Amino acid sequence: MSLLTPDIGLLFWMLLSFGIVFFILAKFGFPIIVKMVEERKEFIETSLKSAKEANERLAGIKEESDRILALAREEQLRILKEAADMRAEMIKEGKAQASVEADKIIKEALAVIRKEKDDAIRDVRNEVIGLSVDIAEKLLRKNLEHKSAQMELASKLIDEAWIQAR
Amino acid sequence: MKKFVRNRVFWCCLLIIGGLHSAYPADSHSENEGELDVRELILEHLADSYEWHVATIGDKHIAIPLLVIVKGEKNGWQLFSSSHFHHGASEYKGFYLATEGKYKGKVVERSVAGEETRPLDISITKNVFSLLFSSLLLVCIILFTASWYKKESKTSDYKAPKGFVALMELFIMSVTDDLIKPCVGKDYKRYVPYLLTVFFFIFFNNLLGLIPLFPGGANLTGNISVTFVLALFTFLIVNCFATKEYWREILWPEVPVWLKVPVPIMPALELVGIFTKPFALMIRLFANILAGHSIVLGLTCLIFVTVSLGSAVNSGMTVVSVLLTVFINFLELLVAYIQAYVFTMLSAVFIGLSRVEPHPHSKGHS
Repeated sequence: MSLLTPDIGLLFWMLLSFGIVFFILAKFGFPIIVKMVEERKEFIETSLKSAKEANERLAGIKEESDRILALAREEQLRILKEAADMRAEMIKEGKAQASVEADKIIKEALAVIRKEKDDAIRDVRNEVIGLSVDIAEKLLRKNLEHKSAQMELASKLIDEAWIQAR
Repeated sequence: MKKFVRNRVFWCCLLIIGGLHSAYPADSHSENEGELDVRELILEHLADSYEWHVATIGDKHIAIPLLVIVKGEKNGWQLFSSSHFHHGASEYKGFYLATEGKYKGKVVERSVAGEETRPLDISITKNVFSLLFSSLLLVCIILFTASWYKKESKTSDYKAPKGFVALMELFIMSVTDDLIKPCVGKDYKRYVPYLLTVFFFIFFNNLLGLIPLFPGGANLTGNISVTFVLALFTFLIVNCFATKEYWREILWPEVPVWLKVPVPIMPALELVGIFTKPFALMIRLFANILAGHSIVLGLTCLIFVTVSLGSAVNSGMTVVSVLLTVFINFLELLVAYIQAYVFTMLSAVFIGLSRVEPHPHSKGHS
């Protein structure tokens, strides 16, 4: 059957044309296409990878900033608290100091008052002593018109003064 | 209608290498009107011919003449239009179309001894013309696609193609990534151009064969010469770039020694295997495409066969025939792709098998 027997003419043309087609396409056709597509694939892959990396880095940055922010807020709270504490302490301290000062002033005042009082008492005593002495002098002058009485009194006085001095 | 036919024929003729002949009305045949020899008709359509038969209107054959190139015993190289044969009716320069015998339908000449002999015949027949046309088409399409990439490679940014180029890329990369890469294995890159060429060559010719109008319709991939050459290329590529291990496995396979010496049973079997693989490739493609064409032709003939059974049966069968033909044509569309795919895949598998590396355990034995 002629369907199953190869025909020389067609064989010849087929060899020729398929050979030429193969040569042309293998040299100028498919390798270029496949190479370019593969390059593009690689490019896309690396692009995706770097985009992912960038995304990750961005997420990292955000996290970092969040962390810093939280830290700052904490710090702020701490500082505020510290300030409040300090204020309270300062007030307390001030109060204590003030009371001490007041005490001191009061004490001083008391001392001054006591001194004044002492002074006053002393003045009064001196005055009283003076008056008494004057009165006594007047009295004595009246009594001691006799010499013996004078002597007796003088010695008595000297004894008294002696005792007093000791 | 006539004008349309004439226009088309004129246009087609411009494409033909060599012959710028206008269509001509054929001599009226004294045909046997009633009976239709379906077998003959189908075989005639499947086989090659020296002219491109377009249509027969009434008694007039409209055909595009092609170029006959023959080297006869007496006259040497001859180059003339096939219209000189007048559909086999007349002789030209001592050559004529044999009407019977083993050279039926072929150009023959009468030798000195009076016998019918076949001259060396490299005519541009229907199949050859279709082959040249599809080759040209394939080269143009692939180079067009490649030129887009070439142009694109000059710019540094990578862009995805659009439209036709994208379609071609889809095809090319699906064959490369899903077929060639897994089947061939490690150094598949070397074989990509060949396997892609084979794929597209078969695919294009299969598709062209499905178009019943002029540049298509030839039963090219259903012709054994064509599949033979394709299988031959695969055979050469498989065996020329085979590894040492491949040949060792053929000539000294790992079987008991008595199977190899003194009678080399296994090596002989393996050697036969070298040839059966491409042979299977050749027959598979040939048979599949041939069968497809036959079925479509047979179903179409159903209309004409049932004419004698009355108009009711005939019209019923016409509907059935058209529906079935449409179905088969869709099926053939699928087959066109599948057969190209299978041929490429098997070629890739055979190449992959020929690239075997020595197994680590076999080193210990030898």
